Amino acid sequence: MSTECITETEAGAQGLARLAAKDVTVGYGGRNVIDGLDVAIPPGVITTIIGPNGCGKSTLLRTLTRLLKPSRGTVVLDGEDIVKLRTRDVAKKLGLLPQAPVAPEGLTVSDLVARGRHPHQSWLRQWSSDDAGVVERALAMTGVSDLADRPVDSLSGGQRQRVWISMTLAQGTDLLLLDEPTTYLDLAHAIDVLDLVDDLHESGCTVVMVLHDLNLATRYSDNLIVMRAGSILAQGHPRDVITAELLDEAFGLRAAVVDDPVGDRPLIVPIGRTHVQLDQIP
Amino acid sequence: MSGTEVKRSVVAPGVRLGQVSFVWRPWLVGVTLLLVAATFLVFCLSIGVGEFPIGLSRVIATVLGGGERVDQFVIMDLRMPRALAGLVVGIALGVSGALTQSIARNPLASPDILGITGGAGAVSVFLVTVSGGAAAAVESTVGLSAAALAGGLGTGLLVYFLAWRRGIDGLRLILIGISVSAVMEAITTWLLVTADIKDVARAQAWLVGSLDDRSWGEVRTALWCTLVLLVVASCAAFQFKPMHLGDEVAAGLGVRYTAVRAVLLLCAVLLAGVAVSAAGPVPFVALVAPQVAMRLARCPTPPMVASGLVGALLLIGADLVARTALPIALPVGVVTAAIGGPFLVYLLVRANLR
Repeated sequence: MSTECITETEAGAQGLARLAAKDVTVGYGGRNVIDGLDVAIPPGVITTIIGPNGCGKSTLLRTLTRLLKPSRGTVVLDGEDIVKLRTRDVAKKLGLLPQAPVAPEGLTVSDLVARGRHPHQSWLRQWSSDDAGVVERALAMTGVSDLADRPVDSLSGGQRQRVWISMTLAQGTDLLLLDEPTTYLDLAHAIDVLDLVDDLHESGCTVVMVLHDLNLATRYSDNLIVMRAGSILAQGHPRDVITAELLDEAFGLRAAVVDDPVGDRPLIVPIGRTHVQLDQIP
Repeated sequence: MSGTEVKRSVVAPGVRLGQVSFVWRPWLVGVTLLLVAATFLVFCLSIGVGEFPIGLSRVIATVLGGGERVDQFVIMDLRMPRALAGLVVGIALGVSGALTQSIARNPLASPDILGITGGAGAVSVFLVTVSGGAAAAVESTVGLSAAALAGGLGTGLLVYFLAWRRGIDGLRLILIGISVSAVMEAITTWLLVTADIKDVARAQAWLVGSLDDRSWGEVRTALWCTLVLLVVASCAAFQFKPMHLGDEVAAGLGVRYTAVRAVLLLCAVLLAGVAVSAAGPVPFVALVAPQVAMRLARCPTPPMVASGLVGALLLIGADLVARTALPIALPVGVVTAAIGGPFLVYLLVRANLR
C-alpha cells in the first residue's frame, strides 16, 4: 500500500498517513464541490481545515468519513479503500462527530456516551464489562463523570459538546474527525472544548477538524489545510502557512499577521473599513 | 478533569448470561412485567364480560388450560377470538407507532398521521362501495383484510418516496403523511357520498374500528403475521439505538441507516396494515401507546415491548369500556378516539411550549 505514491508535495507525510484522499471528486446532486483533490492526514497531530463559507471544507471532512461517496477517486484508511470496508469496521477505526448533533429529549449523559460502544457490540453481546470500563474512562477524560445521570438537554452548550466528544471517545478509535466542534459556543466554551481536543491529541489521537475561527485554528493546530473553491490552497504548520497574502487569496480578507503575545503562533488581526488606524498597520 | 480514578460506577450495570450480555435496567423490566400482568388481567376481564358473565377466576383457569366444559366452549370458541384480536391489534399498533415515532424522531409520527391507516381505509371502502354490491367474492372479510393491508402498504410506500430527498427527514415525512392522509380521507368521503346506502352503512361501521364478530381464522392470520413482523423488527432493533442520535452520528457508529430504516419502516407499515385489516382503522392507539410507555418506563425514546403492551392494554380496555359503559355497545374506535384526541392536543401543546 505504501508504494502507492501521491505525485503532489508532502510525499514524506503521505507514506505515514492513516487517512488520505486520492484524486477525489465529490458533490451534491451533479454539482461538484470538490474536483480532483489530493490530501493526506499526518498521524498524531491536529489537522484543521479552514476556508471561506462554501469552499468545501465540511464536504472534504464528510468525504474522509465516508458520509459522502466520491464520484471519482478514493479515500484510503489504513491502506484500504474506505468504500470497500464494512461500515462497522470503519467505525472501529474512525470516530466522527457531525456538526451540531441533537440527542433525544431526556437521554442521560451516560446513556449517550454508552451508545458510542455500538460498533463493538452485537445483537447478543449488547453490553459487557469492557464497555462499562471504556465508557467510564471516556466520561472521565472529558470531565463529565459528575454529569453522568443528567439529561443531555439540561446541559450548557459547552458541557453538551464535551459529552458528544466523550461519546466519540467511547468508540475507542485513535482517529477523530470533528465537524465544527465549537459551533454555537461562546469563546470561553470554545477554548474549553479545544483544550480538551488538545488533551486528546496529547494522549495519542490523530484529530481532523473543521473550524471557522482562524485564530483558534492557528492556535490549536499543527497542520492547517487552507481551502478555496474546492481545492487546497496551502497546507502545513500555521507558522509556515498563515501570511497576509494567503488570507487575502483564500478569504479575500485584509489582515495583519503579528506575533501572538501569549503563544508561539501567528495572530491574525483583521482589517475592516472602519475603526482602523491605517498608520498602525505593520 | 483528567482524573482517571472513578469513585463510583457512573454507567449502567451489565448482565451476562454466557455469550449474551445486555444493560440491566430494573425500572424498565419492572414496568414491562407489570404491563404484562395488567394486560393479562384486562384480557381475562374482557373475556368474562358478556350476556353470560363468567367470573375472573374461572376465566383464568380456562385460559390457562383447565376449566369446565361449558366455560371452555363459551371462552375458547366464542369469546377468545375477540379478545385475542384486541391483544394482537393492540400490540401491532403499539409497536408500529413506537417504530414510526423513533424513525421520524417525532412523537406525532404515528401510522394514523403518516396516512397508512387512512390509505388502508380508503382502499377497503373502495372495495365495499364500488365492487361490494356486485362481486360476492370480495364481500368476504378476507378480501377486505387483504385490501386494507395492500392499501396501508401502498400508502406507506407512497409517503416514503414522496418524502425522500437524498434521505428521510422526520418533519418532511410527517408533513407529506398529513397531506397524503387528507387525500385518502377525501377519497373515502367521496366514495361514501356516491355509494349505495346499504354499502355506506357497512363501510361506516368498518371505518370506526371494531372487534365485533371476529372469527378464529382471521385472528390466526393476524397473529402469525404480527409474530413474524415482531421477530424481524426485534432483529433490526439492535441497530436502532444509535439512530436515535441522528443519521450522521449513526453512520459514524457503523450503522447502515438507510437500510435499517427501510426495514423497520416496512415492519411498521405492515404491522399497522395487519392491525387495520383485523379491526378496521382503530384511531390513536398507535399514537398514544408509545408515548404512554415512554413516560411509564422513563425512557427518552419509545420502548418497543412496553409500547406493544400498552397498545394491547389500551385496545382491550377501550373495547371493554365500549361494550359495558353504555346500554348499547359501541365500536372500540369511538372510545380510543375519545382518549386519543385529547392526548394529541396535549402532545401538540407540549411541542409548542418547547
